[in-house]
Amino acid sequence: MIAFETLHAAPPALTAHAPLLMVVAPLIAACAAALAPSARVSWMISVTGSVFAAWMALAVAGEVARRGVVDYVIGGFAPPLGIALHIDGLGVMVALLVSSAGVMASLYSGHSLTTEVGAEKHTLVQSGFLLCQTGLLGLVATGDAFNAFVFLEVSSIGTYALVAIGEKRDRRALPAAFNYLIMGTIGATFYVIGIGFLYAATGTLNMADMAARLATLDDSSVVQAGFAFVVVGLGIKAAMFPLHGWLPGAYSYAPSLISIFLAATATKTSIYLMARFVFDVFPYGAAFGQAFVTWVLAPLAATGAIVCSLQAVFEKEIRRILAFSSVAQVGFILLGLSLATVGGASAGLFYLGAHALIKITLFMALGGVALSLGARRLGEFAGVAREAPWSATAFAIGAASLAGVPLTLGFLAKWRLIEAALQAGAIWVVVVLAIASLLTFLYVGRMLEAIFFRAAPAGAPRAREAPVGVLAPLWVLAGLNIWFGLDASLPEQLANSAARALLGAAP
Amino acid sequence: MTALPSSFDVTLALDIVLLVMLLVVAGAVARTRSLLAAIIMFSVYSLISAVWLVVMDAPDVAFTEAVVGAGVSTIILLGAILLTRGEAERPDWRRLIAPALACIAVGGLLVFAAIGLPGLGDAASPANAYVGRAYLEATPKDIGMPNVVTAVLSSYRSFDTLGETTVIFAAGVGVALMLGFGPRASLAPPSAVIGDHHVVPRVAAKLLIPLVALFAFYVQFHGDLGAGGGFQAGVIMAAAIILHALVFGLRETMAAIPPRVARSLASLGVLLYAGIGVICMMNGGGFLDYDYLFPPSVEQQIPGWLLGDSEHAHHWGQHFGIMLIELGVLLTVSATMVTIFYGFGGRTVEAARQEAKQ
Repeated sequence: MIAFETLHAAPPALTAHAPLLMVVAPLIAACAAALAPSARVSWMISVTGSVFAAWMALAVAGEVARRGVVDYVIGGFAPPLGIALHIDGLGVMVALLVSSAGVMASLYSGHSLTTEVGAEKHTLVQSGFLLCQTGLLGLVATGDAFNAFVFLEVSSIGTYALVAIGEKRDRRALPAAFNYLIMGTIGATFYVIGIGFLYAATGTLNMADMAARLATLDDSSVVQAGFAFVVVGLGIKAAMFPLHGWLPGAYSYAPSLISIFLAATATKTSIYLMARFVFDVFPYGAAFGQAFVTWVLAPLAATGAIVCSLQAVFEKEIRRILAFSSVAQVGFILLGLSLATVGGASAGLFYLGAHALIKITLFMALGGVALSLGARRLGEFAGVAREAPWSATAFAIGAASLAGVPLTLGFLAKWRLIEAALQAGAIWVVVVLAIASLLTFLYVGRMLEAIFFRAAPAGAPRAREAPVGVLAPLWVLAGLNIWFGLDASLPEQLANSAARALLGAAP
Repeated sequence: MTALPSSFDVTLALDIVLLVMLLVVAGAVARTRSLLAAIIMFSVYSLISAVWLVVMDAPDVAFTEAVVGAGVSTIILLGAILLTRGEAERPDWRRLIAPALACIAVGGLLVFAAIGLPGLGDAASPANAYVGRAYLEATPKDIGMPNVVTAVLSSYRSFDTLGETTVIFAAGVGVALMLGFGPRASLAPPSAVIGDHHVVPRVAAKLLIPLVALFAFYVQFHGDLGAGGGFQAGVIMAAAIILHALVFGLRETMAAIPPRVARSLASLGVLLYAGIGVICMMNGGGFLDYDYLFPPSVEQQIPGWLLGDSEHAHHWGQHFGIMLIELGVLLTVSATMVTIFYGFGGRTVEAARQEAKQ
């Protein structure tokens, strides 16, 4: 297994700038893709940019393992005057997640865009996709609260448009994207209002500096309001129940490239930023921070996990099932974080990574089948397993992992959550997890029943197996679900160091 | 004429008058059902905000608010209502309860927070005493330019500005994706028969457009001395081009600046900005560290009398770096505004329907 301490992924000259290159490489690629003469070239630029960003993320991972934290000063002005990137164990984990999801999605896009989007738009779609990656990676890397807002906007603006073009010009994508735009903008505005208040109280925008100065302040009304605005704003972006209304539509009607990438990354990075604010920037000892975690975050997460799992059970469209499931899983992750122990945070973050891998597998498998079938409703997937066995099997592996069948990554993720909850003495969390997991079994069962055990009605359109260009990344992802289910040392290592970075304690 | 009482605070009175005006206009925007009226009042709202920002001694922000809020966003919104009915439906009052409660809660929270805020202009407040003060003290030494706002935006926090330029570019990509393709109803210029009413605007536009463009360049290059910079200049430049399109027809403008060229320029602007950062990096500095913009071998070639302040030779790097990235901002902002206008321009309800049928 990879030991990050001995990982020297890139030559030293590049490693010194790796935190920045990880963000700027997709940005430059996005500009280049918009200038590209043909769809094919823009796809190659997209893959190159994503792979380069992932390579740089690996280089950063090595440095963080050796030094604990990597700071990169931009413009030659040390914070608080200038902006610096600040990546610790938590940042590395999310950066690796985002950049590897970017690589997989960009590989997949070569085939999916051809069927879903007109050829004249490919260069701009790739450009938007790369901008989205830039935004998410910048958000993860930065150590500056306002800079995080800027990158949040970069990723969001790209996403709104990409959702709006719709899978095969699906008109329902337009209201979904509009909904997402309004909710997302409200979320971003709340976040920036909160940062404004925090700036008024501390006079700084650098997160570490802000934390240090907040620790010396009494709880003033400005700080409390700032906290509330930041958390609600990020809660909308993270699709925290009950602020998740934008998500099902956005995930369901977007081109499959976008749902794949969003499902794996978008809510995760917002959860990351929220965790940094709740546990790092605001001294967790502050009465209102603790009250928020105990009385707001945990109950909402629990309600979301159960209510949205139920909604998924009664949903008819397969992508909407997965979207509601995503909101429910956000609840699982937040439940783990709300335990506020190193074990709980580690379990929650492990779940975050696991869920990203599971959802990207499922959405990619669906996308691969839908390329030829164009189906959406559960019934239309009847008998697909016979026509597209490879895609269907990969889907089944992802689904099993989502349900938490032993020997898959999903099982370990759930197990660790339950273990952490028991250790923290939160029996009610275990009960909630059990109920939600049971519901997960139900909707996963419904999907698998339709795909594997129902015969296609006569005269129904036939599915074709997805092309190799789709199957290759898909099976890498499905394989990882099993591999990590058997040997989870890599994700465990990442989650543990992330949790330690977040809560600043020994394991 | 009686003298004002000595306790009369003119600024406070102005603040109150402007805030009351803002409240009235905001209320009117919420009440009116006519989208055209709402857009015009939005523009008025932005203009009043700009005035208020000037009163609060923030001319750079006021300038941006005036050109973006009152200027170009009004044009874009006007373009957008061409595609709609122009009247908003009156929603059922029951559907307004939840949003109203949310607004009241947010407003209450804002008031709650405002109680604890330090007074406006309080020199001891954290925002003025800590980093804000440090910028004022360090700018002459670090950057060497009179306008501290420009120094902060384009050097101390240049990574933010790169991100914001990218946001503009992303918006352009988004609008081009959604509206940039598909059928156009009519690109023809307004008809030019003898005695038509378009003669006056045409002559006026011919006189105005070069002056507007010139003013854009003034704003662009004056940014390190006074209020101004790439964002404002970009919007003003775009306004000149949009004025051309409105008066002479979209076809003429598209012949001069084809949509594809506009899109490319937007991306080239971001590339220029990021490229400057990469050059600084390759010369041994950090990303966007303009002190490393010129390698030492080049800096030694600069004659002493050009340096002005020989002790701070690096100010050259700062000046050129800021100039170049502001050029990138200008390119991206103006090209994106034009792209967005192209997206709306020429699209009518019929063209949209035609597209929906395909």
